[in-house]
Amino acid sequence: MRIGLFVTCLTDTMFPETGKAVVTVLERLGHRVEFPAGQSCCGQMHFNTGYRREAVPMARGFARAFDGYDAIVTPSASCAAMVREYHPVLAAEAGDAALARQVADVAPRVHDLATFLTGVLGVTDVGARFPHRVTYHPTCHSLRMMHVGDAPLRLLRAVGGIDLVDLPDAETCCGFGGTFSVKNPDVSAAMCADKVSAIRQSRAEVVCAGDNSCLMHIDGALSRQRTGVRSMHLAEILASTGAGA
Amino acid sequence: MTGTMPTYLGMPSFPRAAKKAVADSQLRRNLTHATTAIRAKRANAVAELDDWEQLRQAAKAIKDHTLANLDTYLLQLEGNVTRAGGHVHWARDAAEANAIVAALVKEAEADTVVKVKSMATQETGLNEALAARGIRAIETDLAELIVQLDDDRPSHILVPAIHKNRAEIRDIFLREMGDAPADLTDDPTRLAAAARAHLRSEFLSAKVGISGANFAIAGTGSLVVVESEGNGRMCLTLPDTLISVVGVEKLLPSWQDLEVFLALLPRSSTAERMNPYTTIWTGVADGDGPRNFHLVLLDNGRTGTLADPTGRQALRCIRCSACLNVCPVYERAGGHAYGSPYPGPIGAILSPQLRGVTSAIDASLPFASSLCGACYEVCPVAINIPEVLVELRARSVAEHKHPIERAVFRLSGYVLSSPRRLAAAQRAASAGRHIVGRSGRIRRLPPPLSAWTDTRDAPAPPPESFRAWWARTRGGAE
Repeated sequence: MRIGLFVTCLTDTMFPETGKAVVTVLERLGHRVEFPAGQSCCGQMHFNTGYRREAVPMARGFARAFDGYDAIVTPSASCAAMVREYHPVLAAEAGDAALARQVADVAPRVHDLATFLTGVLGVTDVGARFPHRVTYHPTCHSLRMMHVGDAPLRLLRAVGGIDLVDLPDAETCCGFGGTFSVKNPDVSAAMCADKVSAIRQSRAEVVCAGDNSCLMHIDGALSRQRTGVRSMHLAEILASTGAGA
Repeated sequence: MTGTMPTYLGMPSFPRAAKKAVADSQLRRNLTHATTAIRAKRANAVAELDDWEQLRQAAKAIKDHTLANLDTYLLQLEGNVTRAGGHVHWARDAAEANAIVAALVKEAEADTVVKVKSMATQETGLNEALAARGIRAIETDLAELIVQLDDDRPSHILVPAIHKNRAEIRDIFLREMGDAPADLTDDPTRLAAAARAHLRSEFLSAKVGISGANFAIAGTGSLVVVESEGNGRMCLTLPDTLISVVGVEKLLPSWQDLEVFLALLPRSSTAERMNPYTTIWTGVADGDGPRNFHLVLLDNGRTGTLADPTGRQALRCIRCSACLNVCPVYERAGGHAYGSPYPGPIGAILSPQLRGVTSAIDASLPFASSLCGACYEVCPVAINIPEVLVELRARSVAEHKHPIERAVFRLSGYVLSSPRRLAAAQRAASAGRHIVGRSGRIRRLPPPLSAWTDTRDAPAPPPESFRAWWARTRGGAE
């Protein structure tokens, strides 16, 4: 199986450790991972903010970069959902039949990391060790667009030494919402305050999620309030072997 | 053609209104209390049916079919209502609907009307239009009465006074309801009893009742009102004249179709298996109910909405308000911030379509969502609200030129669509990372990014992007 890593522009630029962690986990499971250098961004921020035309070149670039891969794995369920649900819409609106064919071919092969591991590879124990108290925040797009279900929790439960605790009101949005976080800063901050309070209630030392965008928002508030709780992408916990981390 | 909602003109943008609401501690507590309770109850009521998803898909299919054949079914409805002794009027917009109703009230020689809770007449601003013509409209739904007595606006489709608690309601009754007992407490039973006594004389003396309808059945010309209190039934059966103002999207072809919706609506809205009162009437009947029945069919932007292949799904809405109750934005911003009788996620896609995206409030409504999708998950007619929101965002951006934002998105689009330009930007960010300090956190950024750092730290860029690391360690050519 030819696996292409779609690292996403945010993780590439701001959170490279997550990308390295995906590579570590997949290689540990005996797979070879390629990083197509032609990739950049899925265009979600532009699409969701109303700049659809500006997102078309990104959909085009994605289809070109990942042409020929059996599986495209990404540490963002949100970006995966963008490609699967909205790249076909972009291609149709652009009236580009060739692009529509490319998108139809490539989009169904995009998987978020958790469901790729449990669903495609059939693995729940990835050989990780992480002796810390962790709570998991299921991001909205992973739940309601990619329908990951309990795949991330099954992966986390199989991690050695982990103390996995429930997050109260886990399925409530953290308030990130892309540009929502700056266009509606008061409501966004109010939502984040409640998420932070739920995380504190869980008494976890680490909050984990499958998407660095939501985590950046939650972590920003955790850090601002000096809570001493840190955030980690699911991939980084799965890559951990208990040595440093 | 776009519609109008005259009483909601000049509303501020959503973020501005929400800022005030977010800081209102009483409102926040009332809303969290009410929405949390109903959210859990709805989930239980829905879980009782193992064919919920099939019902939902059936409802979606029925509404889509009806909307696609609206012309046929509307004429069928008109024919059947007329044959049953009713009169049908057509209103293009709010002003026409209000004028028709006012003329009918004058014709009945009435100066007071009793009203069933109705979203359509909230939309047209009927009460205000009647008041301007010297006609007093009395809301008889308990929560609508509370809101009306307080000269306030509804903030929820099903629970218009959700933003008020019992103590506040007691104060309103004592202040505004002349016949309220002086020793009234905030006990819900006593509050309801006071309202009941207050309304009883109005029911018995009113010559005209005004209602909306939850459903209109084309095949027989029947109208359906679903309610909890029985006050609606008083208005629908006691006065001599009944006027019903009904949006054209309320149509269902047949009684078989109604069955599906009566399974979905109560569970979605009040979390009940069945609502207490369902009133169905067909034209007029000798010796039973009103002697004159008028049906005003309202467009007010609905046919315009129907023209959009994505946006038209908003017309499937049956006003259950399940989407409001699960919405984390609604829970914190409250209903008034939506600047429309339709608050919450459904309002954010309905109001800008009915009214167009020209005003400050309508241009901002499509952005009043984190796109979490909880609304779509609970919607009994499967309206993909996030999908419509992002489409309306594009419409809002096209309508309103924000030169700076546009420039930012053009530039970022230029950078992000090319791996080479993205890599260059990443190198620049990494090189500049020490400007922000050694903590690895950015505590303050200039506007507009200060909207982020006002409440959240931002991460500082790493020394090396993933792409650069890959090229360095794996020898991949960039």
